[in-house]
Amino acid sequence: MSTNGAVVNARDVTRVYGEGSTAVEALRGVSLDVQGGRLTAVMGPSGSGKSTLMHILAGLDRPTDGEVLIAGTSIGRLDDTALTRLRREHIGFVFQFFNLLPMLTAEENIRLPLTLAGEKPDAAFFEQLIENVGLADRLEHRPSELSGGQQQRVAIARALVTRPTVVFADEPTGNLDSKTSAEILDLLRSSVSELGQTLVMVTHDAGAASTADRILFLADGEIVKDAGHMEPSDISAAMNELSR
Amino acid sequence: MILVAIRGLLGRKLRAALTATAIVLGVAMISGTYVLTDTIQGAFNAIFSESYRGTNAVVTAKTAFEPTAEGDTGFAQATLPQSDLDKTRQIDGVSAALGGVAGEAQIIKKDGKVLTSGGAPSLGFSVDPSQPRFNSLTLAQGAWPKANEVAIDEASYKKGDFQIGQPIEIASRGPAETMKLSGVVRFGALSSLGGATIAAFDLPTAQRMFDKVGRLDQIRVAADPGVSTPQLIDDLESGLGPTVRVRSGEGQAEKDASGTNDFISFLQRFLLAFAGIALFVGSFVIANTLSITIAQRTREFATIRTIGGSRRQVLGSVILEALVIGVIASVIGLFLGFLLARGLNALFDAVGFELPKVGLVYKPRTVIVALLVGTVVTLLASLRPAFRATRVPPIAAVREGAELPEGKFARWRPYVAILVAAAGLGALCYGLFRSGLGTTQVLLWMGVGALLIFFGVAMFASRIVRPLADAVSPVGTAMVAVFSVLFYPILFGYWLLRYGMFERRASIPKRIGAFLLGTLLTFFLLLPLVVLVMWVVGKLGLYQPEWPVERPGVIADPSSRALARENAQRNPQRTASTASALMIGLALVTLVAVLAQGIRNTFLNSVDEQFVADYAITAQNNFSPLPVSVEERAAQVSGVTAASGIRFGQARIDNSTQTIGTFDADTPKTIHIDWVDGDNAVAGELGLDGAIVKKDWAENRSLTVGSPLKLLTPTGKTIDTRIEGIIDEPTGGSPFGNVNISSEAFDANYEQPTNSYTFLNMQGGVTDANTAALNLALSSFPNAKVQDREEFKDNQVAGLSAVLNVLYVLLALSVIVSLFGIINTLALSVYERTRELGLLRAIGMTRRQTQRMIRQESVVTALIGAVLGIILGIALGGLLVARIDFIEFSLPVVTLIVVALAAIVVGIVAAILPARRASRLNVLEALQYE
Repeated sequence: MSTNGAVVNARDVTRVYGEGSTAVEALRGVSLDVQGGRLTAVMGPSGSGKSTLMHILAGLDRPTDGEVLIAGTSIGRLDDTALTRLRREHIGFVFQFFNLLPMLTAEENIRLPLTLAGEKPDAAFFEQLIENVGLADRLEHRPSELSGGQQQRVAIARALVTRPTVVFADEPTGNLDSKTSAEILDLLRSSVSELGQTLVMVTHDAGAASTADRILFLADGEIVKDAGHMEPSDISAAMNELSR
Repeated sequence: MILVAIRGLLGRKLRAALTATAIVLGVAMISGTYVLTDTIQGAFNAIFSESYRGTNAVVTAKTAFEPTAEGDTGFAQATLPQSDLDKTRQIDGVSAALGGVAGEAQIIKKDGKVLTSGGAPSLGFSVDPSQPRFNSLTLAQGAWPKANEVAIDEASYKKGDFQIGQPIEIASRGPAETMKLSGVVRFGALSSLGGATIAAFDLPTAQRMFDKVGRLDQIRVAADPGVSTPQLIDDLESGLGPTVRVRSGEGQAEKDASGTNDFISFLQRFLLAFAGIALFVGSFVIANTLSITIAQRTREFATIRTIGGSRRQVLGSVILEALVIGVIASVIGLFLGFLLARGLNALFDAVGFELPKVGLVYKPRTVIVALLVGTVVTLLASLRPAFRATRVPPIAAVREGAELPEGKFARWRPYVAILVAAAGLGALCYGLFRSGLGTTQVLLWMGVGALLIFFGVAMFASRIVRPLADAVSPVGTAMVAVFSVLFYPILFGYWLLRYGMFERRASIPKRIGAFLLGTLLTFFLLLPLVVLVMWVVGKLGLYQPEWPVERPGVIADPSSRALARENAQRNPQRTASTASALMIGLALVTLVAVLAQGIRNTFLNSVDEQFVADYAITAQNNFSPLPVSVEERAAQVSGVTAASGIRFGQARIDNSTQTIGTFDADTPKTIHIDWVDGDNAVAGELGLDGAIVKKDWAENRSLTVGSPLKLLTPTGKTIDTRIEGIIDEPTGGSPFGNVNISSEAFDANYEQPTNSYTFLNMQGGVTDANTAALNLALSSFPNAKVQDREEFKDNQVAGLSAVLNVLYVLLALSVIVSLFGIINTLALSVYERTRELGLLRAIGMTRRQTQRMIRQESVVTALIGAVLGIILGIALGGLLVARIDFIEFSLPVVTLIVVALAAIVVGIVAAILPARRASRLNVLEALQYE
C-alpha cells in the first residue's frame, strides 16, 4: 500500500490517441490518489477524458506517459497474465450496459469471478451479499428475464463478490430510469458505508455524484476541481461552469 | 469456464447443429466406408475359406513370374498335367487328392441372353461328389451332374425359371452348348455368392468346356492322420518337382482372396479420400462459423477478461466448445455411417449384388478412427478462432460495437497466402513431374500440394472479394432472373393458392379465381397438398401464416442489389472463407471434368484415327476378353474380307513385366498403323519369331529393327524373337502392347488365348444385312457384341461416364457441406445486422426487398466460390494433363456451365431460411436490439 491509505495512485498520466497531426490528447498529466473505503466520483462533460481516466486507473488501457499504481503495484510494465491476476484480486467492474453473460443465471454470473479465479465463495459472505443486493428470489433467472435494475444489481454483486481493493463503476445509472437509478446508487453507497468498499464512479449525473465522498471534475483532460461531498445543485452549478 | 462454454452452446443450439453438420457428413462417410468394406471383405473371406474347408494342401502350377495387377484379369493361369494327380496320390502322407478345373461358364436364359446380375462373375467348376471333404457345394435339389450335365446355383435356378431334367444352355470357351440340368446346388452354408452364378460339371465335361482336356488347374490334397500340413507341403514339393507350387488350404484361400482384397482396400481408400475432402471443406465451415460467433461475442469475452478471466481461460472455453461440437458431431456421424452402410447393403441386395450373409462388420477401428478424425478436425479448425478470441482486449467490454482485433500478423496475410500457395504448387509439381516416385508418394505430394494451394487461395481470397463481388453481382442478378422465370409459374401458382385461401380482405370472386388459377398452375406439383396442410394447421390454431401474403419475388431491385453486394464486400474475410468452402468442392469437380474430357477426347481421337475396320466385337461389358473361337466363327461369315483378333498376355523381358499384344496379316486392314520402321506387309510376315515394338519403348532401350528380344511367358516358356517393325501410336494409345508377336506365336505359347477386341472388314462395309449376318453367326456366343465404329466409341466411353458420375456424386457431398457453410454465415450475418435490418425496414424496405437482398448476397458469395473453384480446377487439371502422357487438354465447357449454375442454385437454396428470418424481423424489436 502506498502512502496515506490510497489504493490507486496516478502520477502525471497522459493519454494520446492517434499520431502526428491527428493526435488527440485525452489526458494531459493527471495525478490523483484514491482513498480506500470512500466513494470517489469522476465528473466532467463529454470528451473531458473521464472515461479514459477510469480505463487507465482500472488497468484496461495503458497511459501514454506517467505511472499508475493499483494496490501498490505499478501496472505499466505488467504483462497480460500479471494484469489479469491483478484484476482478479484487486478490481471489480460495474458497467453502464451491465455486461452480464446471457447464458448464465444470475447466481452463476455473480459467482463467475470466483470461478475464474478457482476460488470458493465464503458462504456467509455470499448470502449476505445476495441479501444486500436484494436478489434472493431471482438467483435462478437469466439476465433476459430480469429488469434493467435487477441486472445492474447482479452486476454489482458480481463486482463485490471477490471483495476487491477497488470497484470501478462506469456510468452505472446511465441506462436506468430515475427511480431505479436511486436504488442502485443507494446500493453502491451502502457498499462503501457498510462494507468499507472503495468505489470509483464515473458519471455525468449530478444526483449520482452527490452520493460521493469526493468529487473530481475533469475538463479537457485535466482535473480542474477536487472537492469533497457536494449537494446536487452545487454539482450542477460546477458542471455548468465547466461547460462554459 | 466449462459452464460458460457448455451454456454458450446450449444457448445457440441451431447454430451449433448447423456447424456440426459440416463434420457429421464427413464422419458418416468414414464410418460407412469402413463398415461396408469390412463387410464385403468378411463376406469374400468367408467364401474363400469355405472353399478350402477340408483341404490341407493345394497344388497349382508354378508361374515363371507373378503377373502384374492390371494384367490379372482375363489372363489364364498356368495348368498342371493330369498325370500330376496320380503322382500326388502315390506320395506318402496323402490320404486323398482331387483334381479340378475352373473357368467362366455363363448360364443362358430362355431368351438367349446371359444370366447375370450387377456384373458379378459367372463361375464354372468341376465337382466330384464322391469326395465330399473337398466339395464346398451342397445339393439342394435333383442330382449331381454326370457327363454333359450341369448343376446350377439356387438363385440362378429361380431367376431363370429352369426345370430339373430339362435342357439348359451353357456358354464357355466355345459356342453355347445344350446340356441337361441335373440339379440345384448351394455354396456351403451361404445363400448367395454376391450375385455370382455357379455352373458345376463333372471333371471331363468341365475340362472340355474350359479347353483344358488332360489338364488341371489345381489338386486338392488331404493328409493322412498324424501328418502335419508343413510336412505334407514339403513331401508334395519334393515329390512333384519344381514345376508346381504347393500352398496350405488357408494359404490358397488367402491367395485366391488377394485380388478381391486388393480391390476392396482400393475402394476403401478411394471412399476415405472423399470423406477426407468433405471433412476438409467442413473444417473451413467450422473455422468460419466460429470466427463469426466469436466476433459477435467480443463483448462477452472482454467482460470475462475484465472480471479476472485469463487468456488461457478464454482459449479453453472456445476450444472446449469446439471439442463438444466435434465429439457430438462425430458420434452422430458414426451412427449415420452405420445407417448408410446398412442402406447401401440393402441397396446391393435390391440390385442383385447380394453379399454372402455374414452380417455387417463393426470393427473397433471404425469407431476409433471416425471419432478421432471428426474430433481432431473440429479442434484444429477451432484453433485460429480460439486464438483470435484471446486477443480481445478487456477494454472492448466498454466499447460500443467492438470489432475483433486483427492479429499481429494480419498485414502479412496476403504474403503468407502467396507463400503457402506457392509451396503447395511446388509440392504438387514435385509429385507430378519428379520421376521415380512411387504411386503412394505421388498421391501424397499431390494431396499435400492441393491442400496447401486451397489454403493459400482461401487466405488470399479476402483480397479479391471486392472486385470479384463487383464482377459477379450482375451475373448473379441475371441468373437469378433466369431461374425465377423458370420457377415463377410454380411460385406464382403457389402464391395464388395462398391468396385465394387466406386473403380475407379480397372479394370472394377474386379469391375463387386466384384459387382456381393457382390450382391449374401447380397442378403437376404437390404444392396444393402443402398449402392444404398449412391451411389445416392454421385452422387448428397451431400456426398463423403472415398477412398480407407476399408475392414471391423475382429480381432484387437496384437498391437491394447494391446493398447485397456491399454486404458481401464489407467483411471480405468472412465472405472469402464462406466462398472458399464452396470453392474446394467445385475446384475438384472441375478438375475431374477437365481430366475426363481430356481422356475422352484423346481416346475418341485415337479411335477415329486408328479404327478403319467396319465392325468390332467385344464382350457385352465392353472389356472382358472373349475366347478365340468367337473370332474364328466371325471370320467364317460370308462377306468378311478381314478379321483380326487382338490378344493380350504378359511376358518378362529383361526383368520387367511387359504387356504383349498380337498382330496378324489382317491387322493393318482393320487398324491404321503408323509405321516408324517397316510397313503393313511386316504384320503378316512375323511368323513364330518376329516382333513389332512401340517406338518410345524401343528408343528407351536403344532397340532397332533386327535387335533380338527374349520373352519369358508366365508358364515358363521362352520365345526368342527379332524386332521386325517399329510403330508409333496417337496420344490416346493403341490396341497394342509395347511388344507384339504374331497371333500364331501367341497361341503356341500362351494357354487359353483370348481376344480383347476383334475387328472385321466386310464386303460393302457397314450395312444392315452385314450386321444381321454377324449377329446371327454369333448368336451361340451370347457374350459377344457386334458394333460399328460409332457404337464402339460410345460403348468404350460409357464406362468412363459411369466412373465420372460416381465421382460427381461423391464430390457433391463436399458441396453440400459448403452449402451449410453459406447458410451458417448468412444466418449469423442476419443476426448480427438485426438492428440494421430493422432500420432498413423502418425507412421503407419491404419484406420482399429484404429477402431479395439476402438472396443476392448469398448468390454473390456462391458465385465468388464458383469463379475461384473453376479457375483453380482448370489450373490443377491442366497441370495433371501436362503430366499424363496419354491425355490432351480440352475444356469441358458444358460441365463448367453446369458447375456455375449449380453454384447459383446453392446460393439460392442457402438463402431461403436466413432470408425468411431477415424478412420477418419485428421492426420495432429489431431497432431496439442491442
